[in-house]
Amino acid sequence: MTLVVQKKAAFAMEELNLWYERFHALKDISFQINKNEVTAIIGPSGCGKSTFIKTLNLMALRIPGVKMTGGILFENQNLVTDKTDLVHLRKKVGMIFQKGNPFPQSIYDNVAYGPRIHGIKKRCQLDEIVEEALKRVALWQEVKDRLKRNAFDLSGGQQQRLCIARAIATKPTCLLLDEPTSALDPVSTKSIEELVTELKENYTIVMVTHNMQQAARISDKTAFFLNGEVVEVNTTNKLFSNPEQKETEDYITGRFG
Amino acid sequence: MAVREQFHNDLQRIKQAIIKLASATEEALCMSVDALFNQDVILANRIISQDKDIDKQEFSINDRVILLIAKQQPVAEDLRRLIIALRITNDLERMGDNAKNIAKAAIHLGEDHRLTIHEKIKNMRDIALEMLHTAMNAFEFEDISIAGKLSEMDDKMDETYEQVIKEMLEETTTNPEKTQYIMQMAFSARYMERFADHITNIGESILFLVKGESYKLN
Repeated sequence: MTLVVQKKAAFAMEELNLWYERFHALKDISFQINKNEVTAIIGPSGCGKSTFIKTLNLMALRIPGVKMTGGILFENQNLVTDKTDLVHLRKKVGMIFQKGNPFPQSIYDNVAYGPRIHGIKKRCQLDEIVEEALKRVALWQEVKDRLKRNAFDLSGGQQQRLCIARAIATKPTCLLLDEPTSALDPVSTKSIEELVTELKENYTIVMVTHNMQQAARISDKTAFFLNGEVVEVNTTNKLFSNPEQKETEDYITGRFG
Repeated sequence: MAVREQFHNDLQRIKQAIIKLASATEEALCMSVDALFNQDVILANRIISQDKDIDKQEFSINDRVILLIAKQQPVAEDLRRLIIALRITNDLERMGDNAKNIAKAAIHLGEDHRLTIHEKIKNMRDIALEMLHTAMNAFEFEDISIAGKLSEMDDKMDETYEQVIKEMLEETTTNPEKTQYIMQMAFSARYMERFADHITNIGESILFLVKGESYKLN
């Protein structure tokens, strides 16, 4: 398969299919995700959006019985067919989940975990990385005097920001966010949304969200998934004001889903 | 009642309120032209006082639309439907003001001006009424082919307005002592022309609703 990839594309999907044993979860997915943009993935429950985001760092392959065909081009490599170095891929493509899931360790060790397993041992170097990552997620001022405290002492919003700091400490190029604010209150949600908007300067961000207004607020592009297919990929402005497909209009206006 | 169903019922009620407001402006226009032709100052004063009711209806519709936007956070066509409700209501309120201004002109002319009111002002009223009916029909059925007809009708209104103004100017040269009265008639013609312009705005709002893009009709 020859993929025609735009220069600005971080990921290019071409006829990507995924089966959970006999269940066809992703059907002929073909679109591109641009670098330094926030791409929101929306769609009703069970439409394949979380499955899709898990294909971008090949986490989907951890599920028994999964089979993938087609292409996901990332850094000149087809993740589906080529032999992919998973450690390298997941260093480059960080993932943040629905609920902050810090390791049962100190705040410091959570952020230093990734760089350590990638071979950085020097304390002063790790200190620098930890400080930079925590500053990037606007958590440094709040935690700098208690870096040795357990990460579970932090609030929900702080834990989620810590997880983003942990993800960016390995210097990825992409961040995958799977409903990152669904377990957070509106104030923490706002801080995560602001952070995502700032981070897109340096990272490509793909975010699954059930919150339509959140997708409208912070994403540049939005992809609407339905029954494992991509119905529409468009600029967020267009998709939420005047979508091209009737199914998209019906979904975003709450007529189904 | 399901939330979605409630939202649609609310939208429907706003639509009916707008149609009711359009009827009020229609009535105001008809009465103001009657007041002008019949030198009826009492009727003219009633129109001025009834305009407050039109203003109240506008505020009420605006409040309901804003509440619905805040509570339902609509997008796409639903959002456009509420945005045009605000725009159309504003146009209808301004049309009410134009009718009120014609009534004020009738008061300025008084009961004893001994002037023949230009017959073509009645033609202008008829064009305006036909345009209003067309616009409301297009609004009710969200039909852009009906809305598109407003452009041609507005051209007819503009043409008639130009003729009326031209003839009135000629009259000022033959009857210079009546200039202040003729001016009031010319103002009335101008208000009627503005009334029609607001109706074409309504047509444009309907095109925006259906097509999702802005169009100009006049």
